[in-house]
Formats: sequence, C-alpha cells, structure tokens
Amino acid sequence: MSAPAEPLAAEARVAPRRVLWALLRSPSGAVGLAIVLLLIVVALLAPAIAPYDPYRMASGPRLAAPSWDHWMGTDQLGRDVFSRVVYGSRLTLMIGTIAVGISLTAGLLLGLIAGYAGGWPERILMRLVDVVFSFTEIVIALACLAILGVGLINAMIAIGIASIPFYARITHSVVLVEKNKPYFEAAIAAGASHLRLIFLHLLPNVIPTLIVVGTLGVSTAVLAAAGLSFLGLGAQPPQPEWGFMLSSSRDLISRAPWMMIFPGLAIAITVLGFNLLGDGVREVLDPRQRAR
Amino acid sequence: MSGPLLKVRDLSVAFGPVQAVDGLSYHLHAGETLAIVGESGSGKSVSSMALLGLLPQRSARITQGEAIFEGQNLLRMSEREQRRIRGNRIAMIFQEPMTSLTPVLRIGQQLTEALTEHRGLSQRAARDKALEMLRLVDLSDPPRRMLQFPHELSGGMRQRVMIAMAMALEPDILIADEPTTALDVTVQAEILDLMRDVQARFGTAILLITHDMGVVAEMADRVVVMHRGKKVEEGPVKTIFNNPRADYTASLLAAVPRLGARSAEDGPRPIIAQPAQPGEVVLHAEGMCKQFAGRGSLFGRSSGTVAMKDVGFSVRAGETLALVGESGSGKSTSGRAVLRLLEIDSGRIALEGEDMRALSSRSLRKARRAMQMVFQDPFAALNPRISIGRLIAEPMLIHGIAQGSELDDRVAALLRRVGLEPDHMKRFAHEFSGGQRQRICIARALSVGPKLIVADEPTSALDVSVQAQVLELMLELQQTMGLAYLFISHDMAVVEEMAHRVAVMRQGRIVEMGPRRNVLDAPRHPYTGALLAAVPKPDPAALRQKLPRLNLKEIPMGSLVEVAPNHWVAQ
Repeated sequence: MSAPAEPLAAEARVAPRRVLWALLRSPSGAVGLAIVLLLIVVALLAPAIAPYDPYRMASGPRLAAPSWDHWMGTDQLGRDVFSRVVYGSRLTLMIGTIAVGISLTAGLLLGLIAGYAGGWPERILMRLVDVVFSFTEIVIALACLAILGVGLINAMIAIGIASIPFYARITHSVVLVEKNKPYFEAAIAAGASHLRLIFLHLLPNVIPTLIVVGTLGVSTAVLAAAGLSFLGLGAQPPQPEWGFMLSSSRDLISRAPWMMIFPGLAIAITVLGFNLLGDGVREVLDPRQRAR
Repeated sequence: MSGPLLKVRDLSVAFGPVQAVDGLSYHLHAGETLAIVGESGSGKSVSSMALLGLLPQRSARITQGEAIFEGQNLLRMSEREQRRIRGNRIAMIFQEPMTSLTPVLRIGQQLTEALTEHRGLSQRAARDKALEMLRLVDLSDPPRRMLQFPHELSGGMRQRVMIAMAMALEPDILIADEPTTALDVTVQAEILDLMRDVQARFGTAILLITHDMGVVAEMADRVVVMHRGKKVEEGPVKTIFNNPRADYTASLLAAVPRLGARSAEDGPRPIIAQPAQPGEVVLHAEGMCKQFAGRGSLFGRSSGTVAMKDVGFSVRAGETLALVGESGSGKSTSGRAVLRLLEIDSGRIALEGEDMRALSSRSLRKARRAMQMVFQDPFAALNPRISIGRLIAEPMLIHGIAQGSELDDRVAALLRRVGLEPDHMKRFAHEFSGGQRQRICIARALSVGPKLIVADEPTSALDVSVQAQVLELMLELQQTMGLAYLFISHDMAVVEEMAHRVAVMRQGRIVEMGPRRNVLDAPRHPYTGALLAAVPKPDPAALRQKLPRLNLKEIPMGSLVEVAPNHWVAQ
C-alpha cells in the first residue's frame, strides 16, 4: 500500500493544502473525493448536462429502453430517466448538507456544553440523548414527519433531528478526552474564560473528528432520505428524487428495470463516494489509524 | 571463558529514510551485564527489539548486519525459529509493567503458559514452577498472586511478575528495556537488587537498556554509549565513568545531576552575579485536606482515597520549595490545589495575603495572573492546534496586558528570553523538541509576570542534557526576576540542585520539611532517609548500601514538630 510518510500526515493538521495532498495519496480518499466532486459538478451543471427537462412528460416514448436518445430510458410518463437522475443529484446533495448540517451543529453544541459543564447539566443532557438514541433513527424521523408534515424539506429536517444524539455523543466523548489533557488545564491556569476554553481550546480539537463523522454521515442521511421518499414521506411527485424514483418504479420492475437500476446505482455510488471520502479524511487527520 | 554468547555486528535499522541504528556492533558474554545507554532517539531500544524480531514490520527495515547467537543469525531467522528463541533462550522485560501483562488473564495463567508452551511441562509441574518463581522474586503469598489479575498488583509487583515470567525458562539472555523507569525510586532499588540476585543465581547475561546513568553505574559490567544511532563509546563501566574518551559521553555524564553535589552550599547554584534573595512570603497554605470521592453507587459512596491531609507550607519570593515524594504521595495534588485547579475540602490558601478560596470565579481568573504552572509533559501541555505565538500571547490577551503589535513584540521578547527564536511564533507544538516545548511552556507562564510558578515535574519527560538546560533557565529566571517556585519532583538530585527548602510527602502528608541542607544531608525522618538511600548514584565506585528495611506501619505519620530552626518532622 502506498501509505504516505508519517511526518506528512502529522503536518497535515496545519496546512489545508497538505490535507488535500495527503488525501489524494490515500487510495480510498482519492476515489471518494473524485466521486463526490463528480457529484457536485453534475449538480451544478445539471441544466447543461441533462439532455431533457426532467419534469417534461413525453420527452420520448413511455417506458422506452435505454437508447442513444435516452441513455437511461424513459419512465411511465415518458420522462427522460438520465435527466431526472442528473437533477436528482441536486436534491441528494441538499439532503446531505442540510440534514448533516442540522445534526452536526446541534449535536456539537449539545456535546460541547454537556462535556464542558460536567455535573448535573451533563447528566441530564446526556441521559436525554441516550433516551433518544435508543430509538432507531428512522422511527424518530417518522415521528418528526408526523408532526412537521410530509415533504422533502421536512424529511431533511427530520433526518437531521434524528441523528443529533449520534453527533452529541461523539462530541461529548471527544470533549471528555480533550478536557483531561494538560493543555486544557494550562488554559484554565492562564485564566481563560468559559467561552475561550470552549471555542478556542476545545472546539478546534473536536472538529477534525466531526469532519470525519459528518462526511460518513452524509451517506447515512442520503440513504435515510431515499428510504423516506421510497415510503412516500419525503419527496413528492414530480420531484426527481432518487429514492422516490425507486419507489415509483416498483410496479414496473419487470417491464422497465432501468427505471430502478439507474437511480439505485446513483444512490449506491453516492453513498460509496462519501464513505470512501470519510475514510480517507480519517486516515489523513489521524495518522495513528494508519499505523495499526 | 568461551566466546561471547551474542555477537552483534554492523547492525543497521532504518525507519523509512531515517537511519535509527547505524552500524552497531557489540559482544555480550555469558553472565555479564551490558548496559546500552543513550538519550531518546539514540536507537538503543530499536537495536534490541531487532534482536527479537519485534520491530514494527511495516515501517522498520534491518538494512544490514548480523546477530550471532549459538551459531545462528537472529536477524535472518524464520518467524518460527524466532518464536522458539524468544522468551525461551532470550527473554525481555519492558518499561511499562502496567501494559506488558495481559489484563484479562490471571497471573498464574500467564506464568504457566510459557512453561507449558516452551518446556512442554504438565499443568501441574508448570504451576509448581510458577509458584517457585514467584517466591524467588520475593512476592508475598504466591498462591494468591497466581489467582490475581494484573490490575490488582502495584507497579513494582507487576515488574516482579514480569521478571518471574522472564526467568522461569532460565534464558541465557535477559533484555531489560528501561525496567525501572516507570517505578518509584524505592521500588526501583528493590527491583534492581532483585535483578542482580536473579542474575547471580541463574548466570543470565543481561542486556540493560536505560537512559539513567545511576542505574548504569549500579548494574553494568560494561557499557555501550549510543548517540543518534551510532555507538560512540564502549568499555568497562569504571572506564566510561572515570575516563570517558568520547566528548558525548563526557557531556552526558556532566549533565547528570548528582545527589550530594551541592551539600556544602545553602542555596541553588548562582547563575547570575547578584541573584535575588528570598524575600516576602508569596504563598501561604495551611491545613489543606482533600479526599477523592470513592466510587459512587445507587446506595451512597464508599469512602474515598485521602489525597492530602493537613498539608501546609509557605514559599517566599525568589525561593524554591520542593515537594518530593513517590507516586500517590499527594505532591501533584498539593500543587494543583494551590492554583485552585482542584477544589480542596478544607484549608486556607493565601497568595500575597489574599485568600484564594474566597474568590469568585471572575476574580479568581484575574488572580491567576500572579500564579502560573509548568506541566510535566510538554507534549501534552500545548494545544496542538494553536500556533506557538498565539499560545504564548493567550495569557496576555486574557488579562488585557497587551494588544496588536505590542503583543507580538512581547511574544518575540519572551521567546528570546527562554532561548528560542522569535520567528518560531508561527509554528505549532509538534514541530519542536521536548526541551523546546518546555521552554515554550515557561515563556507562556512568564508572559503575565507571575509571582509564583508551580512546576510539576517539569523535566522528568526530558533527556538529561536537555534537563540540565531547562533547570538552568529556571534558576536564571528565578534569580533575575525573584520568582517563587513550588517545585514538584520525585528526583532527589534535581531537587538538590533547585531547592532552597524541601518538603517530603508521603500518603498525602508532609513528613519532613526544612532547609534543603538539613533535609537532604541530615534527614530526621526515616522515610526521607529511605528515599535518599534508594537513589542510584552515577558512580560505579559508590556501592549502595543495602536498602534500609522500613517497617511501613511504624513510620511516624503524625503532626509536624520543629526539631531544629525551621526544620519540621512528623512524629
């Protein structure tokens, strides 16, 4: 394996350019980064890439097999599947960022406060987190949707809320480790205020871990959103959301398998991409992982 | 005598592009002790791990050389052959007795395993042999020890078990990698005694890897001095200590603090022409008590451990009070309590007459300006994600001392003050060596112009040559700025170099306190005497007398009584 030299990884803590470089040198990181970048490019340039309007019905014949005109065939309403998959990447990225953004921010704050404060606030907050954590995420997301109402945006919020406990726990455990290191005590001894201790000393040491977890979390969020949409609780027609496309092709699986294959592949590749990227980032940010 | 037992020739080990061991050659004869000494990064551990095939396979490469043991080259052996030799003919004991025993297996199981494996003994015979070995290493109640788990034993007991385990197969060579570094000095003395006894009994050759010149002087027949992967000198122990040929050996020996070197003087060595003399009392603490809570359960708490009981002392400006003691004596707790990094149960702490315990958290933050701390582990005491310049500036920012370009100037001046370059400001902690990091910590502590610095084992993580420089810097700063030091250490020789006054702690109490000369040269408390007797002397001619056997139950642990002016001893 072409493992980068140790010193490089150690210095990667400092210079972002080195992080990128080290990432490119780790096989999983490079592949993951390529997939994710491709996804972003596709999402940004969707109008230029997609040959048809994803919403226009009868762009071609109904349920046409993949051909030169329709690379991924057409669906039961004659919409071009390729164009829908391309536009779907926008929704997918949005789901990923918004859901992870919500859970990361809230989880980070909860974990930081609980871990820093200790004592009763910690006990109460973390026990609450534990209670929520003991339900499957999808169940909590369903409960949230029941309150918020059905819809893609609400699904993102629901998924975000559902995974807050996960991030809170991770932040909390990292904070507990960092809090016991001498540098933290040194900062207290220097007379640092609560805010300074939390945001200048703890936060920067928590963030690398959360970047890794957050990257991996995007794939979970994408899957969860696809699942909710598949159940009809997320994206609504005619949105070209991949999970929803899967569910609407369910009845036609034998007649038009392409309607299912391509959105399914898109989901799988996206999840794979974020997982590989997450692994790569972890390798880069934590040199010890590689030594093992 | 027949030829050497082990012949190492031209051994070289590389970690990637870095040459960790470069052309090392030595012989080890049956029954002798060969010490390999060197500072961190000298390749002393790596070279011995290579013998047993214990190098990390992915990163380390043996580039050349051979190690002939019984006509076979240890370095070119198959994994299978290595296993036959490892533990059986060549055994190893490690620095950390805490981690080198498997935590989930009983002592007995771990001991008998090697015997059944290598010797093919029956369970019963192996058990008898294991018991015999435990008795041999002087562990009390061997049958009970056999059933215990490693965490139930103290560090010294674990190292005894390790020795029993290593010696059970009666190996020809015992490799001991810093066997006593993690242990308290009295325990260290016992383990060294034990190793000598065992060696005399079995005629084992010992390859002793250490950085401690005192241990070398006490144990070794011959010495190999290593520096940056190369052997700089080899010879009989007396020659090495008395007539070192290499400059490096001489400088290494010169840097070793020697207990008794300053017994004729009252204070520490003057670094500047007119050192500041001890002045007003800066810190006064009395009656400090702290009990750590026991394990809580649903039904109340078990009684906890007493970390401090009725501890009191005072420190004057320009004066160093050393707190010495072994692990668990409460010396670090006292240091942290003084800074209110830890809340005590009762007692009074006054800094320049102000009652620290009465302060609100806001005024405490302000008061922290006057008291700063230097930590033991300079690797952990600096936030890895903040640049050095910002770390040093932080206390000044917090206390509103300087801003903008003035702040930068002050940071640059502080860096220069502790012997670093101002353009180091932009760098991060991991780019510095241990000694440099400790200088950075000192610069940070100095930045707010404190009156008192609590230094908790500030040099115990450093190599001796670096230690000498850091100690000199601390002395110089004290003598020019009139700083008060509360100097926490387990190393009696370092304490002698630094302290005006010494307080000896044991089990959370001060058992003896007084001027350094009184306490170190004429100790009045038996425990102080035992501590001093246990310190290995870096002089092969000075044979340590047999350790005084302390009857731990009869050590006076009562209240302090003044036996001479300012000299207090527990009754």
